[in-house]
Amino acid sequence: MSERIPKGAAALLTALLLCAPPFYLDAFWLRVGLFAMAAAIGAVGLGLLTGTAGQLSLGHAFFLAVGAYGYTWLAGEPGPGLPPALAALLAVLLAGAAGGLFSPVAGRVRGIYLGVATLALVFLGHHVLLTADSVTGGFNGRSVPALTLGGFSFSADGPAVTVLGVPFGAEERLWYLGLALLAGTWWTARGLLRGRPGRALAALRDSETAASVMGVDIARYRSAAFVVSSMYAGLAGVLLALAFRRVVPDYFGLTLSVDYLAMIVIGGLGSVAGATAGAVFVTALPLLMTRYADQLPLVATPGTTDGGVGPTEAARYLYGAAIVLILLYAPDGLHGLVRRVRARLRPAAPARTPESLPATSAVRAKEHTP
Amino acid sequence: MTALLDSVLAGLALGAVYALVALGFVVVFKASGVLNFAHGSLLLFGGYLVAVLHDDLGFAGALALAVVATAALAGALDRLLLQRGDPDPRAAHVQTIVTIGVDIVLLTDLSRRIGGDLLSLGDPWGDSVTRLGPVTVADSRIAAIVVSALAIGAVFALFRFTSWGLALRAAAEDTEAAALMGVRLTRVRTLAWCLAGALAALAAVFLASFPAPGLERTTGQIALKAFPAAILGGLASPPGALAGSLLIGLTEALAAGYQSELHVLGEGFGDVVPYAVMVAVLLVRPTGLFGAKGVARV
Repeated sequence: MSERIPKGAAALLTALLLCAPPFYLDAFWLRVGLFAMAAAIGAVGLGLLTGTAGQLSLGHAFFLAVGAYGYTWLAGEPGPGLPPALAALLAVLLAGAAGGLFSPVAGRVRGIYLGVATLALVFLGHHVLLTADSVTGGFNGRSVPALTLGGFSFSADGPAVTVLGVPFGAEERLWYLGLALLAGTWWTARGLLRGRPGRALAALRDSETAASVMGVDIARYRSAAFVVSSMYAGLAGVLLALAFRRVVPDYFGLTLSVDYLAMIVIGGLGSVAGATAGAVFVTALPLLMTRYADQLPLVATPGTTDGGVGPTEAARYLYGAAIVLILLYAPDGLHGLVRRVRARLRPAAPARTPESLPATSAVRAKEHTP
Repeated sequence: MTALLDSVLAGLALGAVYALVALGFVVVFKASGVLNFAHGSLLLFGGYLVAVLHDDLGFAGALALAVVATAALAGALDRLLLQRGDPDPRAAHVQTIVTIGVDIVLLTDLSRRIGGDLLSLGDPWGDSVTRLGPVTVADSRIAAIVVSALAIGAVFALFRFTSWGLALRAAAEDTEAAALMGVRLTRVRTLAWCLAGALAALAAVFLASFPAPGLERTTGQIALKAFPAAILGGLASPPGALAGSLLIGLTEALAAGYQSELHVLGEGFGDVVPYAVMVAVLLVRPTGLFGAKGVARV
């Protein structure tokens, strides 16, 4: 939050900048952006759960899958064939309901135990996706029906749209949809974090006993955090399905869950902006490395078999190393790094804003010991 | 009846191998509070070394070297990466995620080396079988049960009778008090990681031998099934890990053996049944079967 530029103007400028890409970039970049936006929505949800409420979850891929498959089934054939916008809404609610069904576990099981318990969701969910052919299409998955909103189709099939001389295909249209959803996510998540629920969850994370003494209903808040985070994941799943145009079970595996965990850790726990930055980093890195493989040193172009390091592998190395290095040298992630740099540039900075505090305490806070 | 005996024996063998892996999780968790997500790739590392070296060194030599090398790698991982951070108990969460990063790097490298191959480990029992009354058992399974029992017995003896074991138990009970009593926490911790690495390398041999086709790049993922086993028993309890592993091994083998009766649940349900069992247990006992309920003070 800069003091010199008014907050509203800064937000407006960012919004304008984010609206520009469809006019200048080609479909590849827009796709990268779309995946990053979908990932950011999911990561914000996971950040709420793991960063703020301190509940480790490795089951995020499952809720993404519920959102993606929920939308595909509800809007498609075979399935009820509902209007796509309604199907998207119901898919998000469905993901929330799935999170709610897990709440007997989520409300009671703690820390690392919960992390492994949610692992079960991923494997059981994957099994269901593979076996429930009639709903999920089995191993080969299903194609995703396009989203239409009041006659406007978010795909290239509908009537052609040209804005300022740029033809708007599926990517361009989905870009704005993603942007709107991401903005909604930011707005709601920041509201939650700054308000009473966010403070209750942070208190819960720092000391459960102290929080319950202060009047926080522990089991209820823990379950609620899980449900809300699942709903964000469901929304991300819907957007991902729209961007991919086909959903397959193998995408929603443990790797995806770990990716989401990495996003929020790289970005900085407990911060919405950090989760977004982490999501962009983790999503864009492999795509960009694959695209520019021929120009990078030490990286073999895809398809060659001379035993060199392929671009996907190089991206994985870099990604794993990034997790380790960031956690060793900047345990509060990119978000904390930015804040520290900013504090150094402006030594006479005013007192920190309250919302910057939970991010540090996520990592640094000590248990109270008498 | 024979089918039941078959399944039970297979389950015991599987459970014994899971126990080796789960014990590694438990030892590391007891010593450092970290859930080691890199355990699967450590296991793969051990198996890969045996596969590469057994032509030159013979199976026993390769296994010995792999066990030592994996132990050293695990110890180095703990000493060089994880112990750099502050010793704050909260840091255990961060370190857990560091192990995820390590796992990604290690697994990427090993899968690149292994590629799509199936590596043979050159183990002496091959695909031979022994007849025990009405049932036929693969020698590899008998070896798995016997070797695991010996190794687990040795680990329990280490816990019980050595000064390192005492130090480990003291440190797990109360880190600060242990340090004040002269326990060298860093050394106790690093040794625990070494032990876990050694157990992982040992487990790799049995996971890749008959009836499994050989070592492949997904072998390390089997370590993920030992997660439920370790959690089921209660992460800080070695006997719990043993009980949990046997329970998981038996249910998995029985679900696979009676697959036709369980057809409603879909093909390959045996692979995911450990997770279903785990969720069911955690619903009733949120800290596992043998896990102690923590007393919290404010």
